Amino acid sequence: MDFPVDLSYAKTHEWVRQKGDEAIVGITSYAQEQLRDIVFVELPKLGRKVKAKQPCAVIESVKAAYDTYAPVSGEIIRINTELEGSPQLINEDPYGKGWLFIIKMNDPGELKELLSSQAYAVLCKEEHH
Amino acid sequence: MPEKLIFEISSPGRRGVRFPECDVPKRPLEDMIPKRLQRTTPPRLPEVSELDIVRHFTRLSHLNYSVDTNFYPLGSCTMKYNPKVHEDIAGLEGFKKLHPYQPHEQVQGVLRLLYDFSELLKEVCGMPEFSLQPAAGAQGELLGMMITRVYYEKKGEPRRKIIIPDSAHGTNPASAALCGFEVVEIKSNKEGMVDLEVLKKAMSPEVAALMITNPNTLGIFEKEIRAICDILHAAGGLVYCDGANLNALLGRVKPGDMGIDLLHLNLHKTFTTPHGGGGPGAGPLGVSEPLRPFLPIPRVEMQKGTFIFNYNFPDSVGRLKPFYGNIGIIIRAYAYILSLGREGLGRVSEAAVLNANYLKKKLSQHYDIPYPEGCMHEFVLSGRRQKRLGVTTMDIAKRLLDYGFYAPTIYFPLIVEEALMIEPTETESRETLDDFAQALVSIAEEAEKQPELVKGAPHNTPVRRLDEVKAARQLDLRWSFTGDGL
Amino acid sequence: MDYVPHTDKDKQEMLREIGVPSTEALFKAVPKELIGVSPKIPKALSEIELLDLLRKLSNRNYNLSQYSSFLGAGAYEHFIPSVVEHLASRGEFVTCYTPYQAEASQGTLQAIYEFQTLICELTAMDAANASLYDGASALAEAALLAIRHTERNKVVVSRAIHPEYREVLKTYLRPLGAVILEAEAPQGITDPKGLKALVDGDTAAVLIQNPNFFGCLEEVDALGDVSHEKGAFLIACVNPISLGVLKPPGEYGAEIAVGEAQPLGNHLSYGGPHVGFFAVKKELVRKMPGRLVGATTDLEGRRGFVLTLQAREQHIRRHRATSNICTNQNLCALRACIYLCALGREGIKELAELNLQKSHYAAEKVFSIQGFQPLFQKPFFNEFAVRLPKGIEAEFLNGQVLQKGIIGGLPLRGFYPELEGAMLFCVTETKTRADIDSLVNVLKEVTEGHLAEAKLSGWV
Repeated sequence: MDFPVDLSYAKTHEWVRQKGDEAIVGITSYAQEQLRDIVFVELPKLGRKVKAKQPCAVIESVKAAYDTYAPVSGEIIRINTELEGSPQLINEDPYGKGWLFIIKMNDPGELKELLSSQAYAVLCKEEHH
Repeated sequence: MPEKLIFEISSPGRRGVRFPECDVPKRPLEDMIPKRLQRTTPPRLPEVSELDIVRHFTRLSHLNYSVDTNFYPLGSCTMKYNPKVHEDIAGLEGFKKLHPYQPHEQVQGVLRLLYDFSELLKEVCGMPEFSLQPAAGAQGELLGMMITRVYYEKKGEPRRKIIIPDSAHGTNPASAALCGFEVVEIKSNKEGMVDLEVLKKAMSPEVAALMITNPNTLGIFEKEIRAICDILHAAGGLVYCDGANLNALLGRVKPGDMGIDLLHLNLHKTFTTPHGGGGPGAGPLGVSEPLRPFLPIPRVEMQKGTFIFNYNFPDSVGRLKPFYGNIGIIIRAYAYILSLGREGLGRVSEAAVLNANYLKKKLSQHYDIPYPEGCMHEFVLSGRRQKRLGVTTMDIAKRLLDYGFYAPTIYFPLIVEEALMIEPTETESRETLDDFAQALVSIAEEAEKQPELVKGAPHNTPVRRLDEVKAARQLDLRWSFTGDGL
Repeated sequence: MDYVPHTDKDKQEMLREIGVPSTEALFKAVPKELIGVSPKIPKALSEIELLDLLRKLSNRNYNLSQYSSFLGAGAYEHFIPSVVEHLASRGEFVTCYTPYQAEASQGTLQAIYEFQTLICELTAMDAANASLYDGASALAEAALLAIRHTERNKVVVSRAIHPEYREVLKTYLRPLGAVILEAEAPQGITDPKGLKALVDGDTAAVLIQNPNFFGCLEEVDALGDVSHEKGAFLIACVNPISLGVLKPPGEYGAEIAVGEAQPLGNHLSYGGPHVGFFAVKKELVRKMPGRLVGATTDLEGRRGFVLTLQAREQHIRRHRATSNICTNQNLCALRACIYLCALGREGIKELAELNLQKSHYAAEKVFSIQGFQPLFQKPFFNEFAVRLPKGIEAEFLNGQVLQKGIIGGLPLRGFYPELEGAMLFCVTETKTRADIDSLVNVLKEVTEGHLAEAKLSGWV
């Protein structure tokens, strides 16, 4: 499994790519594998204020619906509208075309509370067994 | 050959039914309906002959497995035999050709039936009063939650939380949420039962009720039910019982004696009204004494030998259904109780429990049984041993179809890995159970020796495994007439 | 009769296999104090006795084969072609369940797909579900959807919607604390001006019925405009047979169309089981309550059907599901499906027109009786409201016509206290000219007789 080192990770299986005070958010390759074929994504509305660790999107496979949590607090300033017609992008390219939304962070300091690639890999290994 | 859609065999000008000539002086349409309110494009209903219709729907019916054609061990759904005489009775003109707004003097027969049926349910279940209005178990649950809410409002202590075990049917939390309650899920213990300590910890003055199924969805009787009710009652809470599994207790245990406050029944399960491919059913709700004022209006009562509707219950939650309820379904269930009689009720639960234990025993060497103690009317297997061989419970279910059996409920309850939930019901003979057990044993062997055979199943059904991912990604919910779906 | 096949021998051998001495041992998990005396209910009946008893009970009802009925008000007597009864009674349809195993349930699934298509065609909406309990719960679910989607907490309901539907709506919305306002219908239809005063930025939806409870046709375009100006949904509850001639909800901008499909091949059955339908615009598909069937392909590329978008539903999303609904009213929806196929494109129009012609003939005749007046001066479909002459009570009239084998109309004051002395008559294709004429003759005789008598005694 592949967890790029330049990203931060939440225990709830989201990744964050920091660009200044913006955080690009997606779900990890481990999470998409667990979910199997993703068929629909319900993204937050633009402009919505989100709090870290609160659910803000729902990802659906045929037989399941999973909450995705905001890894950091802030405002949703962009969403990946491509996913509307092609939810499989999350399966195919979880760290690239399968991104979910961008949060304008209130406090980039919150990123420090997230996990490193290494720590997240350990977590996945534990969860898997 | 898959059956074409009825729209695909449509041919302009063909007719399935004709009406008599209009026998009153005809007026121009515009005199009756202004143009702006008229339809301009006709709906594209199919144009087919009566024979087209008969062949089409008869062929479609052949594509179904059903209780009439196959063993249907769908856990928690109680797919028992549906006696044919019930269809004849519900089809009597004196029942099916009644308008709900005929004055009560004209419908004393059906009102009496409703009254009597309610009395029978009270006696069988040990609950002081029933409402027959709910159209289904889920609507019965919804009503139960509405009553719970209004009960506390009336007491001036609005409570917000409902406790639900993790083994519960999905409708339980959904019904609670629809009434604005917060759902608190509690973990079952090792024996698959409600854990008293966990329950005690979850209790607070905020808790309105516990929703419990007994026997629960694992087919296990919650033997601490009395203690569970005491815990709730001591904290001023109520106990709601999902009666989906009453078939295990019929004629032996009156649910009311367990100390519960609300109970819904699924007439299409225990009381053998046909499932109809997913309804119509009926979900009467019984309540304890303090909750009676809150039942929906109207209620059937007898006054001086005449049956009437009473609307005068100021604390009622209101009306749940227009008219009165799924009468056609209630008639069938009434006929069933009368034909069982006091002797028959107990024989039903006895044979239901016997059949489940027999099947469980026969399968115990070949599948993992997460809760090995005796079961009531149903039991849960785990396909985890087979999963290690790369064969999932889904594959096993599909393979069963090849053997001519409908599949058990799968992946439920959620707390069992790779669950197969099997409910044989009392109307199945020992021979059928033997054949079914043999099929599951063969599949277990196939999983070891020819896993690809199982993974590729079904092979003998009208269609092979269907692509559910495609169905969800490329939504096609209606025929488009031009070839591209919605 | 208990339908249990076990012989004593079976039982003994099965117990031996299980390894317990008796069936009582199988119930050992049940605490002794809970095992009670068997319920005090009557002795078991054989099939002969059962049929005899229930036939006698059914004969105590006045059924519509023996009486000529003019009742409507949400439950309609229509002719049901024999094919509907025969095909929908097939055991393969009657005794299966929700099609969880699609490969062994293609018959049910394809029929639902066809039903969904037929409802879309009738209503001119984009998608329809597999059906709901009844028209009233469909209306309530529509309001819930609107509240969820718009994140607004108020609905405005026309007072010309079936009073029992409005009661059900209240029961459903009460736990959520949603606000329900009622828009008046002083002239028999919802007044757009009055409505406008009630609709604002907090309004999730405007709910109307067309034809409405009084049988009158609403000014649907105006009502749609009032709703949409404030961003509220228009939810239209419609009679499916009327859509053979009336403008469908999709054409006046309704976001959700619901209704009762009982008129489509389902018996009155004293009020149930009936069946609700539920159709939406494309954008709302994923928010719909209830089951949905979609087309897909199998391993070999053949077309097949499955339940789809299940992640909305209670068995997956539990307390966050779009609704708690578990099943549909499948067999009733199947009847509607077969019925609509039998009618066909021309038949539905012909049928709607027959209803129109007959009800208009009846109305003209009734209003020609001295003292009988139309309650409202609006276009109507197959029902019309009548104001009775002073001094004549609806119940009295009904009692008189019953003696001539006729079940009269519905007295309105039970639902609308201000409508004392008013009745609602329904006339469908099941009534011949002779049936209508005899109703009118009896009404006339009774009224004239009664008024003459009243005059003699100096009451009037």
